[in-house]
Amino acid sequence: MKTQVKPSSGGKHLTNVKFKLAQEQLIKIHDLMLTTRMLEERMIKMYKQNEGYFWLGGPGEEAFNIPLGLQGHVGEGLDYDFWHLHYRSSGILLSMGAEQIDFIRQMKNTVTDPFSGGRNFCNHSSIRKWNVLPITSTIETQFATAIGSGIAHKRHGGKGITVVNGGDAGTAEGEFASCLIWSSRPEQKLPMLIIVTNNEYGISTPASTQHGETHIADRAKAFNIEAKVINGNDVEESWFAIKEAMEYVRTERKPYFIESRVSRLYGHSSASGANFQPNEVDPVVIFEQKLEAAGVLSRKEMDELREKKAADLLEMQKQVREEPMPDPSTIYDYTYFGQKGKYW
Amino acid sequence: MASMAQAIRMALHYGETKLGVTDIFGEDVGPPLGGVFTATQGLKTTWNSPLDERGIIGAAVGLASTGSRCVAEIQFCDYIYNTIDLLKLAGNMCWASNGQWNFPMTVMTPVGSGIRGSIYHSHSFDATMTHIPGWKIVMPSSPIDAYGLMIACLKDPNPTMFLKPKALLRVRGDELIPGEPENEKELRDRIDAPLGDRSKWKARWPEGLTDYTVEIGKGKIQREGEHVTIVTYGRTLPLAVQAADQLKSENISVEVIDMRTLWPYDWEMISSSIRKTRRVIFLNEDTEVTNFGEHLVRRTVEELFYDLEARPRLLAGAFTPGIGLADPLEMASAPQLNHIIEMAREVANERA
Ligand SMILES: Cc1ncc(C[n+]2csc(CCOP(=O)(O)OP(=O)(O)O)c2C)c(N)n1
Repeated sequence: MKTQVKPSSGGKHLTNVKFKLAQEQLIKIHDLMLTTRMLEERMIKMYKQNEGYFWLGGPGEEAFNIPLGLQGHVGEGLDYDFWHLHYRSSGILLSMGAEQIDFIRQMKNTVTDPFSGGRNFCNHSSIRKWNVLPITSTIETQFATAIGSGIAHKRHGGKGITVVNGGDAGTAEGEFASCLIWSSRPEQKLPMLIIVTNNEYGISTPASTQHGETHIADRAKAFNIEAKVINGNDVEESWFAIKEAMEYVRTERKPYFIESRVSRLYGHSSASGANFQPNEVDPVVIFEQKLEAAGVLSRKEMDELREKKAADLLEMQKQVREEPMPDPSTIYDYTYFGQKGKYW
Repeated sequence: MASMAQAIRMALHYGETKLGVTDIFGEDVGPPLGGVFTATQGLKTTWNSPLDERGIIGAAVGLASTGSRCVAEIQFCDYIYNTIDLLKLAGNMCWASNGQWNFPMTVMTPVGSGIRGSIYHSHSFDATMTHIPGWKIVMPSSPIDAYGLMIACLKDPNPTMFLKPKALLRVRGDELIPGEPENEKELRDRIDAPLGDRSKWKARWPEGLTDYTVEIGKGKIQREGEHVTIVTYGRTLPLAVQAADQLKSENISVEVIDMRTLWPYDWEMISSSIRKTRRVIFLNEDTEVTNFGEHLVRRTVEELFYDLEARPRLLAGAFTPGIGLADPLEMASAPQLNHIIEMAREVANERA
């Protein structure tokens, strides 16, 4: 299952770059890509400085995740999209409007962490007001829970859809098959955008050693689900593929499958060192080269933006350092909805 | 009088007409069958799912996340084991999100022995289920409690597990459910699907069904007694009652507590009964090692040790890989009336 669509070079000497997206949109996407990348890099540093127990996240998926988050219908309830995500989704959530400092709080497991109150790993977000279900470590279970909001969206009508994402190795789990089966039942097709971000690894195991299918997307095709394999390291290819897919799901109320080929720029997680992987394609570098070549942003402007964001993140880290840890007396709180203290 | 299956059906009807239940689903739950134990016949929100337990529990979690109140069935608890990951998730996401999310969903599944179900239709699930935090877990032993507990589950904002004692599903109660027609035949004619072609059949639900609720967390003293307490639930409850009635002739007075809710349970009722009788047997039919009753024995020893006049006991299923089909095998694997009588006699007569 070696990639055919991943660009092999960064395209350093670019000429004749033309974008289809409007200039301010490109600038916004670039800004969010940096917001995401630099947040992840800050959290990796926090891990290395002993200010968090564990890091995993999505550096290398920005060119796909930012266009995804920006095109979501964000709000609470079935008029809006429901999100069943995995742990490489910070770019999606930051594009929806989430705050960097909240991720830092979860990294530092302070009580101020709005996602889990210091209970969960970084990038295990949960935002009920935007229908973002609690991200869980259990690989692929989100492909089963997504079925339920898909059913509810189908019944509700309107434009809201269910979005689910996960990695390539996880597709070997049963829930992936469940999702394909349940979303494509005759007469009961579900409005779901099903996404696999394929970085070709499950921790240390290359996909090529475990998977015989040519593309994961071929499995969706077997269920008559519209499916596409795209280069998720390219902003515009991602943008327009997501646009087409979302329009289809929102109006046809049927599933659509995207296999997005992405990079894993810092390895799997802090468990594997969280070191930069020079052999992986860096979507931010590629995009910046194109922006520069097209005259959208200069190198200087982009460098200044980086510096500003780096300084801001450092401030956030300092601020969070002063925030309190959860109180041990709260361990039983919210075992049940609205319940506090020991309940038995 | 209604059977437990009919009682569950009536409660679900009340749920989908009065309590906002939007989906009742699972394998063979919708028409034409209405559930392998008929508990979902004639309901308007039922539908058949793919043969996929993980998909079923996942779908329930997802529906609940949107506020759609649903009831998912796992056809036999013997087949629920591949969903434990998702049951854990349903139970931990309120906590993991520090109270943001809640999942108003009910899972029901038939449990236990008693229908000669052999290895894969006789499992119990209470020991495993009580090990998963974040759920409320109930198990009725009579139709009226089945009705009231189901209503309580359907009103709860948390995941609820409704364990159906398979052996009692067809047993009729001795108490009318509020709104239930007095005439058994009339009830059957109204809500039991006919044999043969059912495509045109519609249930005629009794009109007077009510909000009758059995509060979660409240047990029931089924027999008052002085000498020994038996704490149990589900299939073994009526056996404990029979044992109590038979032991009267030996001047052994047995108090029988129906826990009804396994979690969170009625410790107040259990502990005050033990303080009174000073002798206790915890009785259930799940396998005896790391059994839920062992937790209750532990708590009894830790909190009530000096109130006891006899060693607290657990009477539970044999720790075998399954329940064998042949009658002598099933009888020897899960607690039966004679085992209960023997143990109650032994505990009552143990020297203090
Ligand atoms: C059910 C389950 N099994 C194993 C793990 C441990 N684990 C965490 S991430 C991972 C690899 C996932 O690979 P993939 O699905 O390709 O996603 P990626 O991390 O590459 O984005 C494994 C095995 C887990 N979290 N959950």
